[in-house]
Amino acid sequence: MKKVLSNKFIIAMYVLPALLLILILVYIPIILTGYYGLMRWDGIGEMDFIGLKNYQVLIGDSDFWESTWHSILLAIFSALSLIGYLAISLVLAAKIKGANLLRKIYLIPMLLSSVAIAQLWLKIYHPTNGLLNSVLVRMGVDNPPAWLAEPSLVLGAIFVPIIWQYAGFYILIYYAALKNIPDSTIEAAKIDGATPLQISYLIKVPLIANVIKVTIVLAVVGSLKYFDLIFVMTGGGPNGASEVIASYMYKQAFASYNFGYGSAVGFALLLITLLATVLMQRLTKSEEVQY
Amino acid sequence: MKTQQQETTAIEKVGYGVLYLILAVIAFFQIYPLIWLVIFSLKTNAEVFNASPFALPADPKWENYATVWTQGNISLYFFNSVWITLVAVALTIILASLVTFAITRMIWKLSKLVLGLFMVGLMIPVHSTLIPLFDFFLNINLIDNPLAIVLTYTAFNLPITIMILLGFYQTLPREVEEAAVIDGSSIHRIFFQITLPMTMPVISTTAIINMIYNWNEFVFINTFISSDKYKTLTVGIQNFIGQYSTDWGAIGATLVISILPILITFLFLSNKIVEGIAAGAVKG
Repeated sequence: MKKVLSNKFIIAMYVLPALLLILILVYIPIILTGYYGLMRWDGIGEMDFIGLKNYQVLIGDSDFWESTWHSILLAIFSALSLIGYLAISLVLAAKIKGANLLRKIYLIPMLLSSVAIAQLWLKIYHPTNGLLNSVLVRMGVDNPPAWLAEPSLVLGAIFVPIIWQYAGFYILIYYAALKNIPDSTIEAAKIDGATPLQISYLIKVPLIANVIKVTIVLAVVGSLKYFDLIFVMTGGGPNGASEVIASYMYKQAFASYNFGYGSAVGFALLLITLLATVLMQRLTKSEEVQY
Repeated sequence: MKTQQQETTAIEKVGYGVLYLILAVIAFFQIYPLIWLVIFSLKTNAEVFNASPFALPADPKWENYATVWTQGNISLYFFNSVWITLVAVALTIILASLVTFAITRMIWKLSKLVLGLFMVGLMIPVHSTLIPLFDFFLNINLIDNPLAIVLTYTAFNLPITIMILLGFYQTLPREVEEAAVIDGSSIHRIFFQITLPMTMPVISTTAIINMIYNWNEFVFINTFISSDKYKTLTVGIQNFIGQYSTDWGAIGATLVISILPILITFLFLSNKIVEGIAAGAVKG
């Protein structure tokens, strides 16, 4: 049996197609992006080796740091919004009739493409005929702002559809984790006279701490890579007020034809997300909790 | 004593009432933008600009749908989305199943390393690969070719698909396969006739989440495809809306058409989708 199961030819046949695909289309490009960052290159012509010049420019590029700051802000907002999702999940998982239906309704926006979501919210935010400003005008607000055209408001305005999109996803994860807590644990706490609030914060939340940590990493790392929705809604504008790292990279390469510099930004994005992953895992590391 | 008990139940009832109200309000916020979308997709511009945004269309303009479907290239984008999604999903699942089979059932030294390579792939931000991939496809003449899209979707969905399959393969009893080996069956026969059918439940889960990822993907198709004839809905609606940016009804109809297949699938397979999304939670 062992001989049949260690047939090298068959193993290669089963593994190589997928392995080659991921090496050629994921791993080699990820290495090349760092290498292309060493070039002056318009994407079509010859590459010019210029050493670390792009990376030096990057370090002094205030537009890059501003877009990085926007990405970090989104990451912080996303991590904080987890508290709200957790609270909702605690309520949902506490013997609420129709909880299953509700969490499915919450999930619906998550199934839509970011492009469709962005287009829909462009209409919601439309300065004169949009849903939001129509409501505000009816409530007596005289001059509701053009949300996506105000540099001070645009990032917040973009964050609302992000919450709308992902709320159901995190609620789904928390709900599943909470449903896994054995009833006997909760019953024991009740007998000891714990209030529902105490049960939530002192028992349920610590018991799903591992899941919460995973979601923090997901929210932070996911936000750092955020692109589609912002690209469609504002293209990073007005005047860079909603630019994030990925959209800045895209703009440098495919709009300004600075493919070398764009690659350097892409490599920085890789380093920042890997750093954030390691950092978040360190920060949230602790002992396993036993039921 | 008795009155106190009655009081607490009354408070509990009010408390539950408040909680239900909060949950219902959240559900309303999640759903209402989509209802509003359907409403304005059936309006004329005159209605959008002059009447209340909450008003139902006086005379629903279903022809908005017919117009964008036939004149706006939306039928073409729709068809492209369907076949690109299906081909990429099928390719991803067959390749991922082969790898998972080799890793969990066959005996070789590098299996841990290869598995590690696939799992690290989960952490790679797709945008960092974009420029080199664009250059690569340009050099091998696959830019503006749907093959580039199918291969890219497959490559980037392999890690999450293998991860989900792996969990299932590891819990699956091996007796049947081992018996087949002893009976002298070939490995291919075992894989195709025993293992693949046994893993159907998890294959359907991965198929559904792959389908959602591919149907909604934007940045690769936007970067690698320039001809209208190969565009999918995500990029297609983006172009269409760029051209008809003032026709609310047409834009609404286009958006509804683009999200309808996913919503209909959700209506019938919501449990599978919930399971798939929870399982695929770690994808970047």
